[in-house]
Amino acid sequence: MEFALSEDQIMLQDSVRNALTDLVDVASLRDCVDNQRSRHESAWQTMVQLGIPALLVPEQYGGIGLSMLEAALVAEEMGRACAPSPYLGSCILSTLALMHTGSAAQKQQWLSMMAAGNGTVGFAFTELVSGYRVTQPVHQQNGTLNGTTLFVLDGREADAYIVACDQQLWLVEANASGLTFTPQHTIDGSRPTLELNFNNTPAQCLPDANRTSIEQLLNAAWIIQAADSLGAAWKMIDDAVAYAQVRRQFGRLIGSFQAVKHLCAEMAADIEPGRSLVWYAAHAFDNAPDEVTLYACHAKALLSDAGHIVARKSIEVHGGIGITDDLGLHYWAKRIGQNRMLLGSPHDAHQRAMQHQT
Amino acid sequence: MDLTLSPNHIAFRQAIREFIALYGDRAEGVIPGQRPGPKQIAWQALLLEHGYAGRFVPLEYGGYGAPYDIMEQRLIVEEFSRAAIPAGIGNQGISMLVPTLLELGTEQQKRDYIAPTLRGEMVWCQGYSEPNAGSDLAALQTRGVEDGENFIVNGQKIWTSTAHEADMIFCLVRTEPHAPKHEGISYLLFSMDDPGIDIRPLKTMSGRAEFNEVFFTDVRVPRIQMLGERGDGWRVANATLQHERAYLANSALLSQRYAELSQLIKENQRNGQAITTSQALQERLMQLQSRLLALKCHDLRLLTHSMKGTDPGIAGLITKLYGTETRYQVDVLALDAQGELGLLNQSDPRVRDGGVWFEREAMDLGLIIGGGTAQIQKNIIAERGLGMPREPKPVNKEG
Repeated sequence: MEFALSEDQIMLQDSVRNALTDLVDVASLRDCVDNQRSRHESAWQTMVQLGIPALLVPEQYGGIGLSMLEAALVAEEMGRACAPSPYLGSCILSTLALMHTGSAAQKQQWLSMMAAGNGTVGFAFTELVSGYRVTQPVHQQNGTLNGTTLFVLDGREADAYIVACDQQLWLVEANASGLTFTPQHTIDGSRPTLELNFNNTPAQCLPDANRTSIEQLLNAAWIIQAADSLGAAWKMIDDAVAYAQVRRQFGRLIGSFQAVKHLCAEMAADIEPGRSLVWYAAHAFDNAPDEVTLYACHAKALLSDAGHIVARKSIEVHGGIGITDDLGLHYWAKRIGQNRMLLGSPHDAHQRAMQHQT
Repeated sequence: MDLTLSPNHIAFRQAIREFIALYGDRAEGVIPGQRPGPKQIAWQALLLEHGYAGRFVPLEYGGYGAPYDIMEQRLIVEEFSRAAIPAGIGNQGISMLVPTLLELGTEQQKRDYIAPTLRGEMVWCQGYSEPNAGSDLAALQTRGVEDGENFIVNGQKIWTSTAHEADMIFCLVRTEPHAPKHEGISYLLFSMDDPGIDIRPLKTMSGRAEFNEVFFTDVRVPRIQMLGERGDGWRVANATLQHERAYLANSALLSQRYAELSQLIKENQRNGQAITTSQALQERLMQLQSRLLALKCHDLRLLTHSMKGTDPGIAGLITKLYGTETRYQVDVLALDAQGELGLLNQSDPRVRDGGVWFEREAMDLGLIIGGGTAQIQKNIIAERGLGMPREPKPVNKEG
């Protein structure tokens, strides 16, 4: 029994952290958000060099073949850096979808390309699958798609999209006929989403997909969102603690006031058990199939709620400066906010956990 | 990451399960605040014989003498909790004093006290808190004045659970009145039958007297009954408190409570409808399950640190705060789920689960306070875990 990270896992996490800390600062983050860039180009290139798009891809397609736990550790660092970069959609969901349900030819074509960093594949949980939206659902008939889907992940410069609908997964190339996309403007400018419209758009079926594989993709999404919030929340705690040790009022460092110390302690106490939960959920994803849904639901719910509390309290510790655009703390708060509601709220996650047990 | 048990541990777990299947019907739990009776002592003897109590205590002190293995300890707790079988006597003497005696006691003290304590025949109470020394425990004022081979003890203790049932007390007294407050304390072990001890029950909001106040008037304690060095009692007490925190942060017990809550919500009806149909209650139940599962995983993480002897850092500092709060919230939801019926006390025939949930709510609120209040825990997390400034020393305006 050993519930801890291996040396290799710690090294991986450290290398992603160091690389992103050097590259993504508030100024470059602001540049991405204000100019609606699809990604922070040098951060993405560094991710490619570190092999992040290849992380989950099996070795036969040029990947590294690591597990969801490593993917969650990387997600934590993406959240900590608020990295404007593809990850959840392309490196996790589309990659897993192709790995587990794609044909040999699809895997060869797309996984090899993605692992090498030569292209990305966006991912869409369509409305009926997500269950949380009200737009016209996407339907498939005779290999063509019709309808609209919102909140497509990593879609802006994607070479293709994987679309989850009708309990199946479909691959649509970006230049397919009848496909149009509209950028969406959400609170989290670091990871822009988009709206896809299908008008008799030709799509390839991923032959091995079924209801269970789509459920498993939702589990993956929730674990990665939870890990991202964990990292973003700890960044906000560290910032609050650092600020409380330099800001003086009433002739004292504000960090010496118990009211401020207790806010910081509450943030740490609320979020840190969540790290253990994320590790377990990610480990279960590959090793304990009968436990993963329950743990993914609770990871999404707990880290979303605890993250939300941390975002609010960290801003409070900063006082008025905390809500300014200049400071930039809001980018992390918004990232946590997006992780919390996108693809299901904490309440939805709890409902799913409840149904799963009855 | 490897969540599999070694073959030895799988065999050990199997042995526990077989033991429980074979002897579980003889199990007798101790009622909190009461002395173990003959049945509890017989159950304890069986556990000691098979190595499920006192497992790591050396044979010569009445234990089982197995080499220390924290995983075995955990498996014992888990398996007995899972079977809802009381794992023997878990009083303060066994969980806190025995480990401290093993670490710091003299040979004579170990021989005199450990075996009868393990058997449940010698019951201890803890003389730490005083009316003016709660969170600021080191400010305690009970005095021990040297007189030949004895110390003469005068003063008052409070929050002394089981004092009226105890044979012995482990007690902090100030023996060096001129030393700095942390360096003037000694740790004495003495009999509760000694002349000059007066015990008054302290009734709490639960309606029961789980605690007492204890008054000492010229109690004579022989010097050889000091545990650790003179003036070193603070360090000895901290050794004990570490054992106490480990004892309070037990997610196996929380899992058992959660299972009872979940059962209560499944079985109970309100206005002719199952209360499970209430979305609000469901949501709260699931919020608690989130915290419970996080704590279970967190326990595994801390267990790994213990096994490797590494420092868990901030992860180790948050468990008391998070665990006691979760436990209290379980009680509150169990009461809320009962609606008006949750207001009934034990004497009403309609009361659910014998009125145990209200008692638990009161006790678990006590646990948020006892063993280092939530506010003290937050100071510790902020100062030791996050490196924030320490509390400024208070200015004594009178002096």
